Amino acid sequence: MSIKPPVEDFATDWDHTDPAWVANPYPIWDELREKCPVAHTDRYGGGWFPSTYELVSAVANDTDNFTSHTVVIGNGRPGEDAPPAPIGVAPPISSDPPFHHIARRLILPAFSPGVVNTIEPFVREYCGKLLDNVSAQEIVNGGSDYAQYIPVAVIRQMLGFPEKDEDLFREIVHIVMEGIDEPDMDKRIAAFEPIRIYMEEQLQDHIDHPRDDLTSYLLNAEIAGTKLLPEHIFGTILLVLVAGIDTTWSGIASSLYHLATNPKDLERLVNEPELMPLAIEEFLRFYSPVTMARLVKEDFDFNGCPMKKDDWLLLGFPAANRDPKAFPDADKFIIDRQINRHVAFGLGIHRCAGSNLARMEMRVAIEEFIKRYPKFELTDADVVTWSQGQVRGARHLPLRILS
Amino acid sequence: MKVVINADACTGQGRCFGIAPELFDFDDLGNGVVKGDGKVTPELVEKARLAEANCPEHAISIEE
Ligand code: HEM
Ligand code: SF4
Repeated sequence: MSIKPPVEDFATDWDHTDPAWVANPYPIWDELREKCPVAHTDRYGGGWFPSTYELVSAVANDTDNFTSHTVVIGNGRPGEDAPPAPIGVAPPISSDPPFHHIARRLILPAFSPGVVNTIEPFVREYCGKLLDNVSAQEIVNGGSDYAQYIPVAVIRQMLGFPEKDEDLFREIVHIVMEGIDEPDMDKRIAAFEPIRIYMEEQLQDHIDHPRDDLTSYLLNAEIAGTKLLPEHIFGTILLVLVAGIDTTWSGIASSLYHLATNPKDLERLVNEPELMPLAIEEFLRFYSPVTMARLVKEDFDFNGCPMKKDDWLLLGFPAANRDPKAFPDADKFIIDRQINRHVAFGLGIHRCAGSNLARMEMRVAIEEFIKRYPKFELTDADVVTWSQGQVRGARHLPLRILS
Repeated sequence: MKVVINADACTGQGRCFGIAPELFDFDDLGNGVVKGDGKVTPELVEKARLAEANCPEHAISIEE
């Protein structure tokens, strides 16, 4: 990858991978909201960034003018050989209506609140084990000792893949995300080859030994009496891996970051566990992990901006969640915020299919952590790192255990 | 007072049955559904209003 020049003006040259944005995007978004609610960039072949709640909602609900064909910004545009809309590479996230509806309906039952409830005991026990593993440590890394493992174990279990492959899962997420930024299609395909082989082995194993998990469910599922295309199954499994892992990992780690840096909130949550549901929604609003993207379908004017076919649109749910017009005291974390119409899980037809699962994982992970460690702090504020790209969360998070 | 969900707008964000399980439930797809006839008893009025105010899709309405 080439070294990019640092951004001087985010209104005319934004870049969500610029170090200033990665370290602390909130003041940038505040300024854009005031000065230029739809910022532009020539980077990535051209793109737009709306920063208000109102405009983010408008884009999320406008599937006529924006396509979900590619939802992660990279240097390349979808190649000729990528599966065309409306199915896209990873249904349903990459699908447009009307196919989207079919692909989404298919997976929703697997993530319904009823199913999520049955997974909760597994998550609680697993979190307990992770904490047992580090019980001798004075310093626990909230990211690499804890948060990163939880969603991996959950997704692995849902898909019915071997437990020993959990490290590989994190690698798959990494390769997919890196691959998106690789303009050379041959290199992209080469990097992807081991994942394709691995997934095919797992699928074959499920064909030979069907069992009660999401993979077998997809293999047996039918649309209007016809089994799903292999690339549909493959794409959906890959989606669940990519969408379910670093998102939730980020949500858990950023919440622990908050509690480590705000002892009053930590104390309240320990003493008033009934606040947890409200706190989870506020963690999701304040530290929203996920930004999406769209491509402009045809030239058209959006809010006075002349958008061109194939321009990117960076869909900043996290920026919407800090809009003072939508949230009083938007820049304050209020642990018992009662009215919180946040859009951390997106809006409209693509609303996160895993939102019930993600909420449960976050709640259980935080409950178990603070039950074990009711008092902790950062060892050093300067060493915390945040992930770069469209999923934002605390990564290196050394916590000193105080009690 | 009655709560109503507009099924076309609901995308299953799940805030309503989180906030007011007495008034809302979910179906197999995780979409919100009103329990029974949706009548809100006095002690649930505040919860009903909170559910309405937290639905990101503006799918809940309250009929007085
Ligand atoms: C805190 C954690 C999470 C956050 C913040 C989050 C956020 C999002 C957002 C914003 C979208 C909308 C995409 C768009 O508009 O293009 C989305 C879609 C999706 N998410 Fe999540 N997600 C999380 C966890 C999960 C988990 C655990 C899973 C499942 C295992 C999951 C599966 C999906 C799927 C399948 C979609 C596509 C839905 C569709 O296109 O109809 N997510 N997520
Ligand atoms: S909160 Fe709104 S979108 Fe969510 S399930 Fe309830 S009615 Fe549907």
